[in-house]
Amino acid sequence: MPTPTLSERQAAAAAKIRARYPQVQAQEFRGDSSLTVAPEDLLHVMHYAKESCGFDMLVCVSAVDHLGSEPRFEVCYTITRAESGDNLLVRCPVSESDATVPSLVPVWRSANWLEREQYDLMGIRFAGHPDLRRIMMWEGYPYHPLRKEFPVAGKDFEQEGLAFTQKAPTAGGPFTTTPGGKTAGEREPRPRA
Amino acid sequence: MPSDNLQHLEQNYMCDPDADGGFVYTTAEAAINWMQKYSLWPMPMGTSCCAIEYMAASCSRYDISRFGAEVNRYAPHQADFMFICGTITYKMAMLVRRIWDQMPEPKWCIACGACACSGGMFRSYSVLQGVDKIVPVDVYISGCPPRPEALLQGLMTLQEKIQQTNHPLKDFFKTHELRSARNAATIPAAAMGLES
Repeated sequence: MPTPTLSERQAAAAAKIRARYPQVQAQEFRGDSSLTVAPEDLLHVMHYAKESCGFDMLVCVSAVDHLGSEPRFEVCYTITRAESGDNLLVRCPVSESDATVPSLVPVWRSANWLEREQYDLMGIRFAGHPDLRRIMMWEGYPYHPLRKEFPVAGKDFEQEGLAFTQKAPTAGGPFTTTPGGKTAGEREPRPRA
Repeated sequence: MPSDNLQHLEQNYMCDPDADGGFVYTTAEAAINWMQKYSLWPMPMGTSCCAIEYMAASCSRYDISRFGAEVNRYAPHQADFMFICGTITYKMAMLVRRIWDQMPEPKWCIACGACACSGGMFRSYSVLQGVDKIVPVDVYISGCPPRPEALLQGLMTLQEKIQQTNHPLKDFFKTHELRSARNAATIPAAAMGLES
């Protein structure tokens, strides 16, 4: 019997989780399986993934901002079996009005700083996090700079005696490239229209 | 005394190169400038890749100690100039300013690399767009990152600037003749105030 491929191992793990939690949705894209979990199920599903499916390591917590659609945010967890390298993407959509997901620190301790990063840059709140402070920007900075509505050049802001920020000079930027089979001149970075 | 030092001394009217016996005539101000420029103790503010180039410049191949600037002082009150090597974020900016304020006068600052000079490629919400917004910069070194030779060039530029630091009496011997000092016996008694 041949060894199962990575795609098959991912699909098997996703199927095992779905057998226990039928409300979880599974997607497949180019051979990669991923799960979509509601925030209220997240802690149970992740605990099951760790204890019963062998996903012993949380690699990455990221967040996607789908500005203009609802739910606006999607918190993405990449979990892996450290021994074999099987990974699985778990998404958790949350709306802007209640951008709160349960903290996974009780399951994986590595979630601590990863969740603080998403809290800082995207403004997602993690319920039950033991130490939810900003990690990149300083305490008191008023924005969540990786949200889509935040300008890449930043905003003017000053906290007397503590810190300040200024709008960066971009001279017509930010400059973006448009990929595609064009000539080099047409592909050059240009100001976003 | 090595010849290049002697050349500096001549250029700055620090001594009479023909004098015998190691006599040097100068003003205290010019001598202080000369001493300061050859004992610059850096406060290395290394925050990113330029600091790697600074490490290379301070190790044996490039050997920044040839210019008297090898004694890294991580205590700001012992440092003479700040070598800002790398990207300064807004979160770091106030710490840089605080360390700068802790350094005693006289003090200088070299901004090393594109990020320190202007923010570099980070036209972004988080990066200070040039350290000259928070500290006075004496020398800017271009490059991303600059090679160790460029760091040494920047240091030498700073040394020239220090040598030219103006004091009222520094250039006294540019406007007054050097006393002929080869032999005390040749000095007229009147010049020594010994008029009998």
